[in-house]
Amino acid sequence: MYQYDKYDQTMIDQRVAQFRDQTRRFLAGELTEEQFRPLRLMNGLYIQIHAPMLRVAVPYGMMSSRQVRKIAEVARRYDKGFVHFTTRQNFQMNWPKLEDVPDILAELATVQMHAIQSSGNCIRNTTSDQLAGVNANEIEDPRPWAEMIRQWSTFHPEFAYLPRKFKIAVVGSKEDRAATKLHDIGLHLVKNHEGDVGFEVLVGGGLGRTPIIGEQIRPFLEKQDLLSYLEAIVRVYNRLGRRDNKYKARIKITVREHGINHIRELVEAEWVHIRDQLKLDTKEIERVKQYFTEPAYERDAADSDSSFADLVAQDKEFALWVKQNTAEHKVPGYSAVYVSLKKPGQAPGDITSEQLEVVADLADEFSFSEVRSTHTQNLVFADVKQADLYALWLRLNAEDLATPNINTLTDIICCPGLDYCGLANATSIPLSKGIAQRFDDLDYLHDLGDIKIKFSGCMNGCAHQSVGHIGILGVDKKGEEWYQFTLGGSSEADASLGERLGRAIPKADVVDTVAHLLDAYIDLRHEDESFLATVRRVGVDPFKERVYAEDH
Amino acid sequence: MQKIIKDREIVDDNWQHLDDEAALVAGNITVSITRWQEQHETLSQHEDGLGIRLSGDDPLEEIVPDLARFQLIVLLFPAFTDGRCYSYARLLRDRYQFKGEIRAQGDVLYDQLFYMSQCGINSFELANPDHLTQALAAFDDFSDSYQATVLRPVPLYRRR
Repeated sequence: MYQYDKYDQTMIDQRVAQFRDQTRRFLAGELTEEQFRPLRLMNGLYIQIHAPMLRVAVPYGMMSSRQVRKIAEVARRYDKGFVHFTTRQNFQMNWPKLEDVPDILAELATVQMHAIQSSGNCIRNTTSDQLAGVNANEIEDPRPWAEMIRQWSTFHPEFAYLPRKFKIAVVGSKEDRAATKLHDIGLHLVKNHEGDVGFEVLVGGGLGRTPIIGEQIRPFLEKQDLLSYLEAIVRVYNRLGRRDNKYKARIKITVREHGINHIRELVEAEWVHIRDQLKLDTKEIERVKQYFTEPAYERDAADSDSSFADLVAQDKEFALWVKQNTAEHKVPGYSAVYVSLKKPGQAPGDITSEQLEVVADLADEFSFSEVRSTHTQNLVFADVKQADLYALWLRLNAEDLATPNINTLTDIICCPGLDYCGLANATSIPLSKGIAQRFDDLDYLHDLGDIKIKFSGCMNGCAHQSVGHIGILGVDKKGEEWYQFTLGGSSEADASLGERLGRAIPKADVVDTVAHLLDAYIDLRHEDESFLATVRRVGVDPFKERVYAEDH
Repeated sequence: MQKIIKDREIVDDNWQHLDDEAALVAGNITVSITRWQEQHETLSQHEDGLGIRLSGDDPLEEIVPDLARFQLIVLLFPAFTDGRCYSYARLLRDRYQFKGEIRAQGDVLYDQLFYMSQCGINSFELANPDHLTQALAAFDDFSDSYQATVLRPVPLYRRR
C-alpha cells in the first residue's frame, strides 16, 4: 500500500500543529463556536449528543497492521475501547474529549493516518472497491488513482468551502462495490474500442433527502487527464452550486436544475483551459503504482495443498463460512476473506480494541500485513492462502468475527442513529440488532440469499436506505419514532432507488414487518430468484398487501 | 487609517470603498461592478487608483476586458463559508493574468488566509483587526501543497 514520503508526512504533521493551535484558540475563547465549527469539521470532529465524535479517514479502505494496532491503542487510551466503521470506509470514535483530539491526531500521524476532510463542505475521503487488485474481473487496479485523487483533494486551496460536502469513489471492475453511482463523482475504469484504459465519469449521484443516481458526464477520459477533469467539475460546482439552501446545495441538485448537458458544456469549457497544465505524467503515475504491486504470492499455492478441499468437505460450519465470507481471488489457491462486523446483537460496524489487535496479528500472519475496510461496514483480508483459511477461521471465530452472514439479511448497514447522533430522528442500532437476533437461523439466512437491509435513523440517509433491497428510514412523528420502508433499491452496477412500501410503521412492528416481507418473498420467488429480482419482477404491491393485510 | 495585511506585511490601507451613491473623490477608490458598468466612462477618467469590488454573485467574465484599468480587485466574502471567490481569485491570476492587488474583504479570518493566498489573494482586510499580527503566521501553516496553486504553479506531482 501507499507509503508517505517526506512531503506527505510534513503535510499531516503541519496539519496536527495547525489544529492544535485552532483548538487552543477555541478553548481560550479566541475563536467562536461558529468560527471553530468548519475548522473542526475539516478534521472530522463533530459535537454529538454525548461527546465529540471523531471520524478518521481510511483512504480507499486500506490499512496496514501497524495502523490497525494504533487504532486499537488510540481507542483504548482516548475512548471506550472500540471504534465504528462507516459506509465510506472510515472509522469513528464516539467519546473522545475535545482537548485530547490534537493528541489523538498526533498519534495517528505517526502511522500515516489523519482525519483531514473526513467531514465539512469539502472533498471527502476517496473510496474504492475492497477487492481492488485481487478480483479477477478487474480492468485495472483503482487504488493508485484513488491515491492520486487523495493527494489532489487534500488541502486543495480552492475547494475548502464548497456549497456542500463532495464525495468521490473509483472502481476498476464492472461489479460496483463502492456505490459509485451514488457519489458526487463516480469513476469507472473502462476499456475503449481501441483497447485503451481510461475513466467513465459520472456526476451528480447522491443519497440523503433527495436520492439521485449519477449521470454520465464523459464516457471516456484519458487517465493522465484525471486531475484536470476533476478540477474542472469541482470548479464549476464551486461557482454554480446553490448556497442559499443546504438541502439543495449538493452537486446532484446543481445537475438536476441545470441539466447534465449544460453542466457538461461548462465543465468541458473549463477543462480546455487547465488540461495541459495539470496533466499527470508517466513518472508520477509509475511512482504511485509501485506502492500497489502484487505481494509475493506463492504461484503453486493451489496445487501444493489439498487440505483445504478436505476440510471444506469435513466441516460443515467451516464450509458455510467459506461459502459466505470469502471471495474469489485472481490468483489460484488464494481467497479474499470478509471479517464480519455484524454479529447479531452487536452494533453493525463496531469493533473492539482487542479484536482490532487480533485482526492486526492475523493480517501479519495470513495476509501480507494488510486489512481493508468495506462500504458495507466489514473488514477484508484480501490475500489469504486457501491452505490457511481453516486456521484463520478458527481464530476469527474465537473473536466473534466469523459470523457467516456477508451479504445476507443480517449484514445490515446501519447508521449510529438516535443513540449517538445529534441529527437522528429515530433509533436504528437497537432495531438492527432486533432484526439480526430474530433472523439468526443460518439455514434460513442462506436460503434467503443476498438481501441488503439498510437502516438510517433520519433523512440524511447515512446508511443509504434508499438503495437498500429493503430500506428502513426512521422518522419523527409528534415525538414518536416511526419507520418508512422502501423496497427494491440497489447501490451496485444496476443501481436503483427503492420504492415506498406504504405508510410508516410504528417502532414495535418493525421486526415483524421484515418478517412479513421475507414471507412474501418466499411465496413469490421463482427458483433461485433473488429478493431484488423478485421485487423488480412483481413490484411492491404484493409485499404491501402482506404487510398491511391486518388493516383490511 | 485602517490597517490591512498586504504581501505578508501590515500596512496602511490607502483605498476608499465608495458606495454606489457616494460622490467621486480624489485618491484611490473602489466601486461596485454595477457602478463600473453604469459609469464606465466617467470612472475611466479617474486620475488616482481605481479598483472594483466583486462578490460570488457578480459575473466575473463580464469585466475581463476591463481588467487592465484596475489596480485593485476586492473579492467579497459575505460569510467565510462562501468559497466562490477562491475560484475567482484563481481565474483572475491563472487565466486572466491579473497582476494587480487582489484583496479579500468581509468575513476574512486568520484560518482562511493560507488557502486564500495560495489562490492568489495578496491583501486582506481581516474581520477582526485585532488579529492582524497573529494572522501573519497563517501563511506558513503549510510549507507545501499537493496542487498547482498560484504561488506554486508546478504541482507537487511534477516535483517529486
